[in-house]
Amino acid sequence: MKLKERPIWKELPFACCIPEPGNSVYYKTGDWKTLKPVVDKMKCIKCGTCWIFCPEYAFEEDEYGYFEPNLEYCKGCGICARECPAQCIKMEEEVVE
Amino acid sequence: MAKRTGIEVSIAIAEAARQANVDVVSAYPITPQTHIVEHLAQLVADGDLDAEYITVESEHTAMSACVGASAAGARVFTSTSSQGLALMNEIVYLASSLRTPVIMALANRSLSGPISIWNDHSDVMNERDTGWISIFANNGQEAYDLTLMAFRIGEDRRVMLPVMINFDGFILTHVIEPMYIFDDEEIADFIPPYEPVCVLDTDNPITMGPVGVPDIYTEAKKQQEVAIRESRPVIDEVFEEFARRYGRRYKPVETYKADDAEIVLLAQGSVIEAAEVAVDLLREQGRKVGAVELRLWRPFPFDDLREVLCGNSIKQVVVLDRCISFGGPIGPVLSEVRSALYLEKDRPMVVGVVAGLGGRDIHIEEYMEMFRIGEECLRTGKDAGEEPELVKIVGLRE
Amino acid sequence: MSVVQRPKEAYLNVFAYRMAPREEYFTRGHRACQGCGPALGFRHIMKAAGRDTIVVNVTGCMEIISSPYPYTSWAVPWIHVAFENAAAVASGVDAAIKALQRKGRLPKKKINILALAGDGGTADIGLQALSGMLARGHNVTYICYDNEAYMNTGVQGSSATPFGASTTTTPAGRVSFGAGYWKKNVAAIAAAHDIPYVATACPSYPLDLIRKVRRSFELEGPAYIHLFAVCPTGWGIPPELTIRMGRLAVETGIFPLYEVEYGRYKLTIDFPQGLRPVEDYLKLQRRYRHLTPEIVQQIQERVTAEYERLKKMEKVTQE
Repeated sequence: MKLKERPIWKELPFACCIPEPGNSVYYKTGDWKTLKPVVDKMKCIKCGTCWIFCPEYAFEEDEYGYFEPNLEYCKGCGICARECPAQCIKMEEEVVE
Repeated sequence: MAKRTGIEVSIAIAEAARQANVDVVSAYPITPQTHIVEHLAQLVADGDLDAEYITVESEHTAMSACVGASAAGARVFTSTSSQGLALMNEIVYLASSLRTPVIMALANRSLSGPISIWNDHSDVMNERDTGWISIFANNGQEAYDLTLMAFRIGEDRRVMLPVMINFDGFILTHVIEPMYIFDDEEIADFIPPYEPVCVLDTDNPITMGPVGVPDIYTEAKKQQEVAIRESRPVIDEVFEEFARRYGRRYKPVETYKADDAEIVLLAQGSVIEAAEVAVDLLREQGRKVGAVELRLWRPFPFDDLREVLCGNSIKQVVVLDRCISFGGPIGPVLSEVRSALYLEKDRPMVVGVVAGLGGRDIHIEEYMEMFRIGEECLRTGKDAGEEPELVKIVGLRE
Repeated sequence: MSVVQRPKEAYLNVFAYRMAPREEYFTRGHRACQGCGPALGFRHIMKAAGRDTIVVNVTGCMEIISSPYPYTSWAVPWIHVAFENAAAVASGVDAAIKALQRKGRLPKKKINILALAGDGGTADIGLQALSGMLARGHNVTYICYDNEAYMNTGVQGSSATPFGASTTTTPAGRVSFGAGYWKKNVAAIAAAHDIPYVATACPSYPLDLIRKVRRSFELEGPAYIHLFAVCPTGWGIPPELTIRMGRLAVETGIFPLYEVEYGRYKLTIDFPQGLRPVEDYLKLQRRYRHLTPEIVQQIQERVTAEYERLKKMEKVTQE
């Protein structure tokens, strides 16, 4: 990401426009959570419910079709655990070493 | 070859927008600007102007649509007065901070209340600090010329700021004046196509108008301040090119018989032409007087004003304000002129008067009264009269 | 944890979510609260709108959380001007695109113009601009994300705040029971402008939302979509219940899902077995905790009456 959070005035883009589309991906919201989702792949039916209902778009599909939560962005809201039709997601307390 | 023709000034201004080939017109009717928007609508309806005409439902929407259209890459034109300008005030600030070069024909009309449809400068003075470029026209020819130049100035890639051209409501808008209207071919290459710096383009997505967090707001305002200051060389360039091509020279500060004058009247807008008549009459009586017009209001022409007023024969300046700064130093033009001259060692004395509020005619005798006030100040040595902050309204019935 | 009874079709649809577009034009890293309903809604809306979209977003929760300098969650051209002028700025963008395409300065491809505003920026301060835009017939889809209060500034009441809801400016107190006026029906106001498409949608039904947004862009002319946006922070519910709350609102008839295409009403989901009692929805939210059975009954009667009216509208206009 090229833009600085505290630029000098000459570095500020023209009219404060942000020319990097979607650069909020550089802001990791994962440290907001206290509970993190844990997916039990034995029960997962790969339906994509967790992916479609995540407000953060924190779920990523892996090569086998399972949806894994990206803990760098997950805010721990628990929607995925609540909505999963196979009941395979549990919210566990995240312990940071 | 430009034709000299009798044309209503409002129509001429609308014709200027047509000759500039605007893409979007977004304006709300308000007295006394109505003829401008009506004529533009007719031009679009007849196919003489290929533009989108948005019949907006308020001035706030008018300016918002202008900003949106300009951000999408279109050349935009609008017009308003008084209450409309006050209503769109919020977005006027945004037009300059988003650097969208909206061109506005401002028919100066008094701000309510009591409600007045007639001319004074309270509406434009309310927009002093908005970051727009602001220029005054004295007559119809100037209003037409300056509207054409506004597109060149505002849309210049080194500037990218909105421009308002001021002309007195009714006094100019509803007057038929003989003036030179360019042929379309003559003026066509004076205004190049609009090429925005920041534009809403699906092939190059940008975010315009993000949250100005405290970490960057100051820097953003610095950028804006530098932009308007650096627009000055471009304004000079455009005035110079216009003079070279078409023969009419415009200056940021205009003078009339001020070279050897002792007392000058400083004013803006169409009052200057009447003041010049008073100057001539007084000169016949042997009095050394002159008139100065502060044509360029923003960016304020500090150096030009100092050059005209300081270090020469001028000993007293009478500043005519067309609105009152209630509870403050009489009027905005007075306080800005005084402030500009503050640091000069050989500055003249400056006194302020107010006249012509709400469309009241200023008679020639009243201009002479203003010069008399200047002489009184010179004679007594009290450069602002007995009570400096007393608002002296010339023409008040007491 | 009880599983909500859903129509049988819902279970068959469960794999259909995989068919939703995978591109994200409203991306992660935004500052919305956990479980934010409108943020989820925006994700779905942008999947439907796609790459060739210009977004006009006004001041509100979604604008603040998605564009704090230097970060932006938007991968499409996006502009924010003020609070009450979503429809006005979008009108200008529409006029500019039309003029520039006609004059040959822009390639003639379809560009979706999307105006996004909250319930405050639509039903209250933005109503004039919305009405003007709809009346003039601009080719803009206007989506109001309705979280039923001025959430961004701290949960103050708007005219979209439902009857009896407690907000910071319509609080439940000793002499007041919360908002004393019924929720303003902005979708009906939009429909009264005779525009091609009006719809209500909810992120709890994402495929329906995507379909409706797509439909709004297909039809030439203005479109209005009212999005039910659950706000866990403002409504006082745990963030995990966002989706469930949206379903409950639909199943109780509090927020019926319907479309109006050229004046013909069509309910998206009907419940022939009857609506659930409104109490199922109200009792789960802290903003309704203070309600007495009498007020709940008032709400129930009004919801039932309005739902019946909607079904009659459907019957009458479909003939």
